[in-house]
Amino acid sequence: MAQEHRKFICITCPQGCALDATIEGGTAVKIEGNTCKRGVDYVAGELKDPRRMVTTTVRVKGGVHPLAPVYTESPIPKPRIFDLLAEIRTIELTAPVKFGDIVIKNALGTGIDVVASRSIAAKSEGS
Amino acid sequence: MLKEKYDVIVIGAGPAGLAAAIEAKKTGAQDVLVIERAQELGGILQQCIHNGFGLQILKRDLPGPAYAQRFIDELAGLHIDTLLDAMALNVTSGRHVSATSRWSGFVDLDTRALVLAMGCRERTRAQIALPGTRPAGVFTAGTAQRFVNIEGYMPGKRFVILGSGDIGMIMARRLTFEGAKVERVLEIMPFLTGLTRNYVQCLMDYDIPLQLRHTVKRIIGNDRVEAIESVQIDEQRQPIPGTEEIIPCDTLLLSVGLIPENELSRKAGVSLDPVTGGPFVDEKMQTNVPGIFAAGNVVHVYDLVDWVTQAGWLCGRNAAEYAISERKRHGRRVKMKAGDNVRYIVPHTLDKESLAESVQRLQMRVTLPIEEPVWVEVMNGEERVTRKAELYVRPGEMVNIDIPQSAYDAVQRASELSVRVIKRQGG
Repeated sequence: MAQEHRKFICITCPQGCALDATIEGGTAVKIEGNTCKRGVDYVAGELKDPRRMVTTTVRVKGGVHPLAPVYTESPIPKPRIFDLLAEIRTIELTAPVKFGDIVIKNALGTGIDVVASRSIAAKSEGS
Repeated sequence: MLKEKYDVIVIGAGPAGLAAAIEAKKTGAQDVLVIERAQELGGILQQCIHNGFGLQILKRDLPGPAYAQRFIDELAGLHIDTLLDAMALNVTSGRHVSATSRWSGFVDLDTRALVLAMGCRERTRAQIALPGTRPAGVFTAGTAQRFVNIEGYMPGKRFVILGSGDIGMIMARRLTFEGAKVERVLEIMPFLTGLTRNYVQCLMDYDIPLQLRHTVKRIIGNDRVEAIESVQIDEQRQPIPGTEEIIPCDTLLLSVGLIPENELSRKAGVSLDPVTGGPFVDEKMQTNVPGIFAAGNVVHVYDLVDWVTQAGWLCGRNAAEYAISERKRHGRRVKMKAGDNVRYIVPHTLDKESLAESVQRLQMRVTLPIEEPVWVEVMNGEERVTRKAELYVRPGEMVNIDIPQSAYDAVQRASELSVRVIKRQGG
């Protein structure tokens, strides 16, 4: 079967290992340049189902800030990022928001929750 | 309610300051205060909503605010004082801190140990001397990050980013998420200045072009940025004629480096390294001024917050140990107080342990002459430590009295010793 070489930069941690993968029939048969096994998982993921963590903001009514930062609890499929962002844009929370609050449960049917990454206190009267 | 004297005062409540305050308290510092300019704790982490924080020390991949929250919660459980929305105005080499805030007014505070954790500032357009007109629409990447992530404003629609630092690349992705078009990232160096993983997940993922060895030749536009002219540069960093390109855009973001923020350090007499822009420090993170410590981006610019936290811990631990030894040293000292008919005494204080070594001589002058026999008495409250007879005393003639080594135990019990000169009354 024909072999193909592809280069990757692992994004799992800040080290950013440069990986050299030998691919046969859509599967990596050999990986060089990784310093830990997460590099192997990363390449497998990039080939079959590339995923990314998504971090963005959600509108908040009556909070000390007009936005609350949110993130996907685990990486979601890369092709769905902009669909998710569009859905998040339709949401408006009401303060107070608590760190870890679930903003969207099972986002886009992925089974992954979108959660608040900080608390936003309600704006007190007169401040 | 603020105290007048602290064991440790920390200036800045970003990751370094939070870690330093927490560790100082855990090490045994009694009163710890954090002074912060913003209205909330956490520093720049609050606007760094992207993930990637905590992989080294927490073994978790957290967004900036979530990373900060962990330390904010820990701090809250430790009875550490905070002064928010406050400006530290001055710091002296004697560890005297002046600050002001809407809530406290102007306050003067003393501290046994001081931690400088003011972080850094972004390099601005003026500091890199970008030619061209001066329209609206030129921002540092961090300013744009605050607008987009905290305040809810988009600073533009079409962007060019100068500099391939992490904040610039992260903002390229963030602006793309919010519907803007990022036309180009330009980098004057022949290599990426941020992390490679950010090149992959922020630029490559969204097809944002990066051009190395390129810079902005001039900014075009009167009221608002209309375009920038980019140019390729050669090995000597000189523009290569003929490589110019006009890139239409309405906003230029600058991600061209960070400078440690050491205005206060200078006021305290802290010497700065011209290479890092931060204080010279020893292995304890202590500066050249005894009792003044520094940690985080104020010392040198880090790329991972985890290492900033570690520097904060180290610094906080050593600041607390310094404060505790200061307190002990101070506790060993007894103050000399001028009692009846004594104008002053030298020395003003005495180390209690000094009597283990030798006799200690006190010298003083009386206020009024007494032309008859007197006792010169050293007292601990009502308890007499020692006394000496004189036939008379006169202000023009200095009086001496020795505290003998046999008074060692009596002196250990005292926090203050007074000396009085009284008539002998037939004695």
